[in-house]
Amino acid sequence: MNAPFLQIRDLEVAYGRICAVRGISLEIAEGEIVTLIGANGAGKTTILRAISGMVPYTGSIVFGGMDLHGVPAHRRVALGIAHVPEGRGIFSNLTVAENLSLATWGRRDRLGIKADLARVHALFPRLAERAPQMAGTLSGGEQQMLSVGRALMSRSKLLLLDEPSMGLSPILVRDIFRVLREINATGTTILLVEQNAHLALQLAGRAWVLQNGRVELTGPAAALAGDPRVREAYLGG
Amino acid sequence: MTYLLQQLLNGLQLGSIYALIALGYTMVYGILQMINFAHGDLFMVGAFALFVAASVLGLPFVPSLLLAMIATAAIGVLIERLAYRPLRSAPRVSAIITALGVGLFLENLVNALSPYPKHVPTLLSNHSWVLAGVTISSIQIWIIVLAGILVLGLDLLVHRTKVGMAMRAISWDRTTAPLMGVPVNAVISLTFGIGAALGAAAGVFYALAYPIIDPYMGVMVGWKAFISAVVGGIGSIRGAVLGGLILGAVEILVAAFLPSTGRDLVAFALLLVLLVLRPHGILGRPRPVKA
Repeated sequence: MNAPFLQIRDLEVAYGRICAVRGISLEIAEGEIVTLIGANGAGKTTILRAISGMVPYTGSIVFGGMDLHGVPAHRRVALGIAHVPEGRGIFSNLTVAENLSLATWGRRDRLGIKADLARVHALFPRLAERAPQMAGTLSGGEQQMLSVGRALMSRSKLLLLDEPSMGLSPILVRDIFRVLREINATGTTILLVEQNAHLALQLAGRAWVLQNGRVELTGPAAALAGDPRVREAYLGG
Repeated sequence: MTYLLQQLLNGLQLGSIYALIALGYTMVYGILQMINFAHGDLFMVGAFALFVAASVLGLPFVPSLLLAMIATAAIGVLIERLAYRPLRSAPRVSAIITALGVGLFLENLVNALSPYPKHVPTLLSNHSWVLAGVTISSIQIWIIVLAGILVLGLDLLVHRTKVGMAMRAISWDRTTAPLMGVPVNAVISLTFGIGAALGAAAGVFYALAYPIIDPYMGVMVGWKAFISAVVGGIGSIRGAVLGGLILGAVEILVAAFLPSTGRDLVAFALLLVLLVLRPHGILGRPRPVKA
């Protein structure tokens, strides 16, 4: 049997003396869409940060058979992990085109980069229209497109998404989620953190419900969506 | 009129030197929001490196210039690695005090190695031409042309290459840059290295024009280059160049038309007035709040 695509064991992360994640283990298979849901402060964002190497942690994170311990964040990108951070992390002082180009740091395959840019422009035509504009002048929805587009430019195998629906109108959210489904269909595994549990459970195959840095419930997304405890706490009854 | 043109030419020479040093202040500030107060002393180190290359090793001008730039760049990178990086998440005042300390260390280190002022040997034969009553020397041409090439090269690097893109990205958001695959520490090291190399080039040019060098030569020149960077808008590459040229011209003109003892007074008064009128400098922009 193959090693799991992403395997997290006994993950613990503390910010100073505050424990954000207290011993979480989870496994994701290649091609899945998995979502982490839970209230603010449940540790969802911190788990993504540990996977992408933004925070120090104890426990182990194994990606594609390789233990990521001690691998700095910028090398994890080259291994195929892309993180669309909370608040989008757009470089407002760079143009849209530069934001996309920066994410290809370390890649030398000019033709591949060109093809990926064409793909991003096909998924988000707005980004093609706004290529020479400063990214800071984009609307919230366009910035979210740029943030996802950037992750695609690094040719990620695992896409970590933190609150992609935040601050967007329902129509834009639907567009973004449609594109996420398309991205997943081309083989990219997705780990999604969402406040909007309803949407997240529609998109994902499996879900983890977190509370205070621990796993509360886990199972197929459809089953959790019907679970009375989840309905009451996260789906508004 | 001829006299004014002559003074403006002299101001351009001095301004080019200030501009090169100001670039180092502005680059480091841009990427780390830190004032590297040791930078003026790197200008001095550059001049002494030129002395070693030309006088001790007997190299001609261009190899001496390159050696001085490379050696000073290495020292700049080392300073960041040993003195500033451990303090990167410390309160900003700690980094400023450390930078002042590094500057004093460099002055005293050079002073210990070379207690007396040194005379840099003549590396370039100095011809002068008179054009429409204005005297222009070959050393002036060297300084202005080489400084121009370095400034243009830096501008291209920052605005047209991926490394420059990474520098600008780090300056906006240092925590997100690694998520793009950018090796942040390596880019910061490179920024310090380039800034130090430009400062060294300024030290070399200064020594061509004023060949007696001493370990404290970087103090006043360093302050003035810092003023140039602030006047132009610290963090802005083009602002640093503009600020340097303005300060060079103002200083020379004050010395030409007023008692020359007023030179530094005017330079510092300019800083104070400008800070009141335009706190972000001529080309600087108030930093927009991050979303």
